[in-house]
Amino acid sequence: MDNFITSLLGENILTFVLVTVPVIAFVAVFALYAVLGERKISAWMQNRVGPNRVGKGGVLQTIIDGLKLIQKEFVSPIRADKYIFNLAPIIVFTAAFMGFAVIPFSSIFIGADLNLGLFYFFAITSLGVIGLMIAGWSSNNKYSLYGAVRSVSQIVSYEIPTALAAIPVVMLAGSLSMQTIIHEQAGGILNWYIFGGPGAISKLILFPFMLTSAVILFISTLAETNRTPFDIVEADSEIVAGVHIEYSGMKFAMFFFAEYAQMFAVAAIVSTLFLGGWQSPFGDLIPFLNNPWIQFGWAISKGLLLVFVQIWLRWTLPRLRVDQLMTVCWKFLIPITLIDLFIIGLYAVL
Amino acid sequence: MPELTTILFYIFAFITVGFAIIVVSTKNVMYSAVSLFMSLFGIAALFLLLRADFLALTQVMVYIGGILVLLIFGIMLTTKITDAEIKTNNLSYIPAAFFTTGIFVILIFVLYTTKWNQKTPIQNEETISQIGKALLSSYVLPFEIASIVLLVALVGAIMFSRKK
Repeated sequence: MDNFITSLLGENILTFVLVTVPVIAFVAVFALYAVLGERKISAWMQNRVGPNRVGKGGVLQTIIDGLKLIQKEFVSPIRADKYIFNLAPIIVFTAAFMGFAVIPFSSIFIGADLNLGLFYFFAITSLGVIGLMIAGWSSNNKYSLYGAVRSVSQIVSYEIPTALAAIPVVMLAGSLSMQTIIHEQAGGILNWYIFGGPGAISKLILFPFMLTSAVILFISTLAETNRTPFDIVEADSEIVAGVHIEYSGMKFAMFFFAEYAQMFAVAAIVSTLFLGGWQSPFGDLIPFLNNPWIQFGWAISKGLLLVFVQIWLRWTLPRLRVDQLMTVCWKFLIPITLIDLFIIGLYAVL
Repeated sequence: MPELTTILFYIFAFITVGFAIIVVSTKNVMYSAVSLFMSLFGIAALFLLLRADFLALTQVMVYIGGILVLLIFGIMLTTKITDAEIKTNNLSYIPAAFFTTGIFVILIFVLYTTKWNQKTPIQNEETISQIGKALLSSYVLPFEIASIVLLVALVGAIMFSRKK
C-alpha cells in the first residue's frame, strides 16, 4: 500500500500523512460508535432501553454528546498546575494513538511493519501511564492523586504478564513483526496460535498452554486499559472518578477517546497474536475470502468481537479490590505465564 | 534544501538539549520530570535516526516507562515537595566558568583530532536477532552478571519491604 501511494505521488512525507489519515478516521468513528455500543449493550444486559432519543434508536447520540463537549468552556481549577494539567490529556491520547502504527489491518495495510512491531507497541503504550500520573498530580485533588497512584501500581504490574503472555507467540513465529506473525498463522482457523499454531504435533502439545496464554494476555490488557473488573483507577464509588475528576469538555473527551482507542488497539493485538489477525478462518477452502480488501473486514471484526467481550465483562463483573488486583497479577497470572513460557520455550527449542 | 534526516536530526537535537536545560534550570520538580520525559524521548528519536531501532525502543521502555515513572511516583508521594526551595542559583561563577570552558575545549580538541571510524550506513538490517546472538555468544558473561545483579536487587527490595 505504502509503496503504491509513494509511486503515485513520488513523495514520501505525503504518503506518511495519507496512510495516517484513514487510521485516525477509523479510530474516531470507532470511538464514537463504541461509546454508543457500550451504552446500548449495557442497557440490553440490564434490561433497559438505552439512548433512544437522538436519531433512529439513538444512533446519533454520541455525535451530539461530542458536539456538546466541544462547546464547553475550558475550565481548570485555580490550584491546578495549568501547563501540566493541559499537557496530560495530550500525552494520554498520543500514546494511545501511536500504538496504531503497528496494528495490521490487512496484508496490504499496516502503518509501519517494523521488525520490532510488538516491542514497539508495548513500549509506546507504557507512555500513557505518564499522562495519567501527571493528570492526577496536576489536578491538585486528593482523589485524583489516589487515582494516579493506583494507575501506576496497576499498569506497571500488569505490563509483566502482558509481555510474558505475548512472548510464546514470538518464540513460535520467530519474529516480532506483526505481519510475519500473521503470515505464520495462514491456512484456516486451526492454524491460529490460540490452537497451538501450524503443525499437527504442536497443536496437540501446545493447545492448552497457548489457550491459557491467550486468556491471560486478554485479562492483563484489560487491566492495562483500566477496564472493569480492573478499573480501580477511576473507581467511582471509592475515588469519584480518579484522575478524570477535574477535567471537563474536550479535555475529558480526550481521555475518553484514548480509552476507547486503546480498547481497540489491545483487542487488535490479542487478535493478531492469537486469532490470526486479518487471516480468514476458512483458510484456503474459500480463497476469495483471503482477498486483501476482505482482510480489512476480518481484522476489524475480530477486533470488534474482542471489544464486545470487554464491554460484556465490564457490565457483568464487579470491580476488584486493590489488594485482590495485585494478588491476581503477582500470585496467579505471572507464575502461570512463566510456566507457559517455559513449556512453550522447551517445545520451540526441541 | 538539506536532507530530511538532517532537518529531523536538528529538530530532535533541539528538543533533547532544550528540555535538558529546563530539567536543570526550573525550580519546580514536576516540571523537571516532565521536561526529562521530552528530553528522553528526543534521545530515543536520535537513536532511531542512527538506525538503532532496538536501542530507541529500549530507551522508551526502560527510561520513560520505568525510571521516569518511578521518579514521578516518588515526587507524587512526597508531600509538599513543590513548596520546597530548590537552589538553582549559581554560587561560584568563576570556578564554574573555568571548569566548563576547560571541559568544552578538551571535548572540541578530542572531536577534531580523533580519527573517527566511518562506516557506510547499513540499510534496514534486522538489529534484534543480531543483538540476541551477540548477547548469548560473545557477551554471555556480562549478560549473566547483569541478570544476577537484577535478581539480587529484586530479592533485596522484597527483604526491605517485608518489615520483619
